[in-house]
Parts: sequence; structure tokens; C-alpha cells
Amino acid sequence: MAMTTRQRARLSKLIQIVVFFGVILAVVLQVDWKVLSEQFFAFDKLGPIFPDLLTIGLKNTVYYTAISFAFGLTLGLLLALMKMATFAPYRWFATGFIEFFRGIPAILVLITFGYGVPTAFPGTSWPQPVIVMVSLGLVSAAYIAETLRAGLQAVPKGQIEAARSLGMPAWRAMVTIVIPQAFKIVLPPLTNEIILLTKDSSLAFILGATAAQYEMTKFGRDGIASLGAGITPLIVAGALYLVITIPLSLIARKFESRSARTKR
Amino acid sequence: MTDNTNTPGTFKASGVDIRGLHKSYGDNEVLRGIDLEVKPGEVVCLIGPSGSGKSTLLRCVNLLEQPNAGTIHVGGFDATDLDVNLDKMRQKVGMVFQQFNLFPHLTVMQNCTVAQTKVLKRPAAKARAVASTNLGRVGLGDFGDRFPDQLSGGQQQRVAIARALSMDPTLMLFDEPTSALDPETVGEVLAIMRSLAKAGMTMLVVTHEMSFAKEVADRVIFMDGGVVVEQGPAKDVIGNPQQPRTQDFLKRVLDPTHVEIAE
Repeated sequence: MAMTTRQRARLSKLIQIVVFFGVILAVVLQVDWKVLSEQFFAFDKLGPIFPDLLTIGLKNTVYYTAISFAFGLTLGLLLALMKMATFAPYRWFATGFIEFFRGIPAILVLITFGYGVPTAFPGTSWPQPVIVMVSLGLVSAAYIAETLRAGLQAVPKGQIEAARSLGMPAWRAMVTIVIPQAFKIVLPPLTNEIILLTKDSSLAFILGATAAQYEMTKFGRDGIASLGAGITPLIVAGALYLVITIPLSLIARKFESRSARTKR
Repeated sequence: MTDNTNTPGTFKASGVDIRGLHKSYGDNEVLRGIDLEVKPGEVVCLIGPSGSGKSTLLRCVNLLEQPNAGTIHVGGFDATDLDVNLDKMRQKVGMVFQQFNLFPHLTVMQNCTVAQTKVLKRPAAKARAVASTNLGRVGLGDFGDRFPDQLSGGQQQRVAIARALSMDPTLMLFDEPTSALDPETVGEVLAIMRSLAKAGMTMLVVTHEMSFAKEVADRVIFMDGGVVVEQGPAKDVIGNPQQPRTQDFLKRVLDPTHVEIAE
């Protein structure tokens, strides 16, 4: 029997509703709520993890992210400028660096600096924050370099020509005309990079650390073993990551809509 | 040297002297030996088909393009000397682009003051005064707080002219200044250029506006294939061209509805 367009739309909507709530109902009926609440949501047993999870863990997560980003941004800017250099070996080096560190897992870099380097060069032992900063900084620098290069090159060539025509030296045109415009372009992707770094800072849990150096994932993982609350500590740590990353996402989106509005 | 910033009536003008200019992009020779002298205060219009090299010639004058051979003298500077202070020279050469190239992150006022304060090291108050004078000259005295994207194309191009004038140039280069404009805003930009010509500014203008060239230019230069084909007073070159290439070009430009396609 042929259906009208309206009938077909109604049927389609009905099917979507049935599937959506059907799946939810099936999950609700299948789950063993008692086990779930003991293993996932045993918040009452979390007492011992506070306030250290916040005062040490959250603080260290933010701290590791911040120093890694600062190092990555500095190195990334240097690499971006090298990639645009007229002297070819600079470009080769930057390209090699970027492809290498974008292509390998961050955890390998962390293991290399955390365990490999001290083994290969006995006597060298960096404090954990330095290992994290160098490892994650190197990796994020590769991504940031590409972001910054794209941003600088996205500023139209006519802007530089206009600036130079007014008698500005090349560096002045870069500082006063190009970089402020590129900055607006790269703010959203740089904010995303901070979000990625925030999550990657959790990799520090594989390093041996003193209690004062624990970040949130380490707290969560140790909490699984010691508290008898199932994976509840990890759930709480995960929620705290969201507390950091969701506002960053909102900020990035705000930058995006603002730069879209001021676009010519 | 007299300061002309507060006397909108007159300009201290300089000339241009171009000899044997060649420019190639790879195998493509765009300029094949150009000789051109522009006297102080003279208004010269460059016309010709697209690809004839007229924009390249204009961009060579302030070294936005690097010529392969030949010399360019601009207001006491030897532009093709490798030891010349290009930044100093460019301060004296105003450039107006087809696409305006206003700085979108700066207000109209800041567009007109940024090079004054950063390059000429003028105090902010003086720079603002100069900018106001020139914005007034182009009829946009009340637009200082706007951003470029809040202006029409014609208004943006007038700001670009005011920005260039704020550096007290002794020569102005115009690279197809009305080609990117909506037809109804072309007139306001041409009016500003006409007033600059009257005030004695040396102007080198690449344009397709034949009636403007005829009315304002002291001399019209027709270029084709990288060489100067014909030049002379506007009324002769546009009104009574001698060379077949000039005649053909003008026929196409002045009466585009009756162009015949050759087999």
C-alpha cells in the first residue's frame, strides 16, 4: 500500500522512538543494579581519597598540563617558523620532528624519558614533572607547530604587502599585522590542544612518583586497589577531567563563533 | 622640507624614473624593457589588456616585485640598489590595492595611525590628528571607530587611500583601485583620486576606467605584452590612438557589446 509523504514521516519517527527507548529499557532491565552501585558508584567509601584527589591530584593534572603546554607552545612556534624558513635544512628538521612526534604514541615518549634515558645514561634522573613536561611538550609541539603554521599562512598575503608598503620592516609586519590576525585563527585549535594535553597528562601514572607528584589518574588507579569501592575512584577522576575539559570546549566554541563573526 | 599634513590643498611631490626594466616569472617574461619617466605632480594612467604587465610594473616601483634588470629611481631613492633602505623609500610611496588590504583587526582610525606611530614614531596624538585630516579628506571623518568589515567596498578603498596619505607620501601608486568595487561605489573613489590629482600629487594609476583616464591623466600609457606600445596625452591615446593594438584594445573596452570574435 502506497503511503503519503506525511504518513512515511510519521512512521519513521515512530520507529526511531521505539528503537531509542527500547534499547534503553533493555539495558535497564539487563543491568545488575546492586553490583553496579557497589562497583561504580560506591561514593560512600571514597572518604580517604579526599581531599588529596583535589588538592594534589587535580592540582598536579592542571600543573603538568600547563607546563607541557607552555613548553609545547614555545617549541611549536619555533618549529612553525623553521618550517616556513627559506634555509632548507631548517625545513627538513622541522618536518622530520613533526612527522616523528605526531606519528608515535605519547606513552612511548614518556617511557623513553622516564625509564629509557635513566637506564641508558646512568646517573641522570629527572624529577617527574620535568619528564612529563619534556615528553608531552615534545609531542604537543609537533601538533602546535602545524596549527601555528597554518594560522600564520591563513593571513592573506595582501596584508603583508600592505604593511610593507607602509614602510614596515618584515618583523614589524609580522608582529603588528600578521600575528594578531593569526592568533584569532589558531585560538580554537590551540584550546583543543590543551584539552588533549589535559587527558594525556594522565599518562604520567606509569612513572614512579612520590605521593606529592600523583595526578588524578594515579589517585584513581591506586584507589581501586585500596578502597574496595570498585572502579568508583576512576569514575570520580573521569568526572574531574570533564570539569576541566568541558569549560575549555565551551571557550573554544565561543572563540570560533566570534572569529566567524569578525571575518571579512 | 615642509610638512604638508595639515594643508590638504597641496602636496610635496616626487617623480619616478624607470629605465630598461625587465621582469620574468620563470620563462614568462612579463616586462620586456620598460622606460618610463613620471614628473613630480604628474598623473599617469597605465592601461592595457590583462596580462600586459601594467600591475607588475606598478608593483616594481615600490619593490613588491623584484625586477630582473633595469633601474628605478623614486624620489631620491635608487630602488634597485641592493643597499637602499626599502622601508624608508616605501614610507614615501603610497600604495592602494585592488583588494583594499585594510587591516581587519584594527579600526579605521588605527589603520591610519599604526604605521605612523610604529614606523615614523609619531606621537599618538599627532598620528590621530594626521589620520583625522586624511579621513576627512576622503569624506569619512566620522568613521574612525568602525572596523573595515562594517564599511562598503567604496568606503574601504577610501580608508585605504587615507591610510596611505597619512604617511605623507610624495608619490601614490594605484593598482586597479576600482576593479573590485560595486559599480555604484566606483564614483566616490574616483572623485577622491581626482581631488588628489588636482592637489598636485604624483600618481601612477593602473586602471580600466577610460573616462577617468581621459579626464584626469596628464599622460596615458598603453602597454601590451610587457612593452609600452603607445603613450601621450590622454586625448590622443584614448581619443585618437595610432597603433593598431591600441585601437583594437580601446574598441573592446569602450564598446564591449560590438566586439567581433576573430576566427
